Amino acid sequence: MTPSWMNHLIVAPVLLPLVASAVMLLLKERRRRAKNAISLATLGALLAIVIALLVQTVTLGFSGGTATRVYLLGDWPAPFGIVLVVDWLSSLMLVLTSIIAVAAFVYSLARWDRAGPRFQALFLLQIMGLNGAFLTGDLFNLFVFFEILLAASYGLLLHGSGAQRVKAGVHYVAINVGTSLLFLIGVALIYGVAGTLNMADLATIIPSTAGLDLALLQSGFAVLGIAFLVKAGMWPLGFWLPRTYAVAVPPVAALFAILSKVGIYALLRVYLLLFGSDVGWTENFGEEWLLFGGITTLAFGTIGVLAARTLSRVAGYCVIISSGTLLATIGAGEGTALGGVLFYLVSSTLGLSAFYLLLELVERREAEASVRAVVEPVFDDEYTGAVAVLEEDEVGIVIPATIAILGGGFAFCALLLAGLPPLSGFIAKFAIIHSLINLDQGIGASTWVFVGLLIGSGLAILIATTRAGIDLLWEPSEKAPPPLRIAEAAPVGLLLLVCLGLMVFAGPAMRYMERTGQSLQDRQGYINAVLGAERKSRGVAP
Amino acid sequence: MEIVLALGIGIFTASGVWLMLRPRTFQVILGLSLLSYAVNLFIYAMGRLRVDAPPVVGSEAVPDLAQHTDPLPQALVLTAIVISFAMTALLLVVLMAARGLTGTDHVDGDEGE
Repeated sequence: MTPSWMNHLIVAPVLLPLVASAVMLLLKERRRRAKNAISLATLGALLAIVIALLVQTVTLGFSGGTATRVYLLGDWPAPFGIVLVVDWLSSLMLVLTSIIAVAAFVYSLARWDRAGPRFQALFLLQIMGLNGAFLTGDLFNLFVFFEILLAASYGLLLHGSGAQRVKAGVHYVAINVGTSLLFLIGVALIYGVAGTLNMADLATIIPSTAGLDLALLQSGFAVLGIAFLVKAGMWPLGFWLPRTYAVAVPPVAALFAILSKVGIYALLRVYLLLFGSDVGWTENFGEEWLLFGGITTLAFGTIGVLAARTLSRVAGYCVIISSGTLLATIGAGEGTALGGVLFYLVSSTLGLSAFYLLLELVERREAEASVRAVVEPVFDDEYTGAVAVLEEDEVGIVIPATIAILGGGFAFCALLLAGLPPLSGFIAKFAIIHSLINLDQGIGASTWVFVGLLIGSGLAILIATTRAGIDLLWEPSEKAPPPLRIAEAAPVGLLLLVCLGLMVFAGPAMRYMERTGQSLQDRQGYINAVLGAERKSRGVAP
Repeated sequence: MEIVLALGIGIFTASGVWLMLRPRTFQVILGLSLLSYAVNLFIYAMGRLRVDAPPVVGSEAVPDLAQHTDPLPQALVLTAIVISFAMTALLLVVLMAARGLTGTDHVDGDEGE
């Protein structure tokens, strides 16, 4: 039996960053070191907590019991109160978020935390929104956490300011406010018909809907799906994505790599829980939209990656390709390819984050002057002067053999994203293709197209990154390579090391992913766990 | 009452969408505000329209729920209002910054041809 305080760990990934960022708002902008120390401590504690949750999931799950734990806020019973749910999928996403957050934050210590005010507070709020979205068990709280992470992401995108960021920021904010309104319309339609927003409760109620109500409910889910797909960047809803991600400062862009995966997570969670059954109209509702949407997204990303002229755009189209692959596999697989989907999700998110961190280092030699121009302050309040001390640095330990390290990291990232053996990207793509091509039942034309595009997109990424690599790293340049700091190299190393770990321990990792896929298909298990969650105390009966 | 509310939501949505597609940032923000009004009314309507029915039960021992309206959509609307209000304020700041940095109020930051 786990001690009782362990139950409260579930709410910690939401509360801890919230409290820490609230405390940091009280500190003056000059007390940067105190803020960084608080943020690092918070992120470290978060990483420990989510790993504890993951270990708990694994021990509970493999010992035969249910791995789904439910936390009732305020001890209200499940369909009425707010519930947080930890299961295989959410533990995985929480750990992924924390790893990327630690890496991106350490990276930002080298210089980027000084490019604008309130960076640390916004960063932690973003983490809070992400964690909350991965934990929540009902649709309205999903909306609330989406808003929290979006509000923080608006601030983070504009971090460092400058005309480019503000221009992209206007589009980003307007598109996302519009999307949030669509989200609300979908949620309202679903509530109007079903009378509940708790996902487990919805899963039991909606299969019996019929007649006019059914049309309303289906349009509600379709509108909700559009909101998720805008976040995930599906063609033709994702034109904003490469441009926005390209202007964000590197640590923020690295964190944004997981932002687009929130849309995928929401789809996985809602879609598989509500439409994974074989009962009536709910059987695989909207599946072909995911499949064909994913395929066109993949094609768009492939063309984009070849056409992109800057490395940050290449990375943006890699995000699109990653989303397209995930969407098409979810649509095509009917739940069979879930292990591969999750493996690909983890591996590509880590790879993209590392790529975003790395590409600024790689491009720095060419663009040193322009980087400095971008971080000029616009608001002349308390932090002016903070930018002036940009160069004299306490973390300024310079590592030798800069180009060798950068080149190695770049090649590693490129192989990872292109999905070439022996790295984890290859294992993920192989797992996807292996589970899609099922010789017993014959292979549909759409599957062939998808598999072809999946391999073609890898080739396109390889061409684009090779071209950029030759241009930026291979060609001799008169300029001396810029100093590389430990605080910048270590996070990239950490992310790539985790990818390497995924490759070396592919067996256990894949087992975890497969088990996650099974738990997502075990709809009844989730419903029972949430609706049957026991309250801590029982109030006096009315 | 239903027809009035439906017309109201429809007009808000239509004007909001039209304004949101306009090239000036001020029009975009007004469009988004109108859209959020429409959405708030819509959420409210999804709880069914009732007149003279409180959303909170009183002190009676066994409340007659048929005399009460659904409180949940009202709570949802409250949350949605606060959030869209905050987002509008934030968008305004971004628009001001864009105006200052690009010298134009066009959404793309330049007038084009």
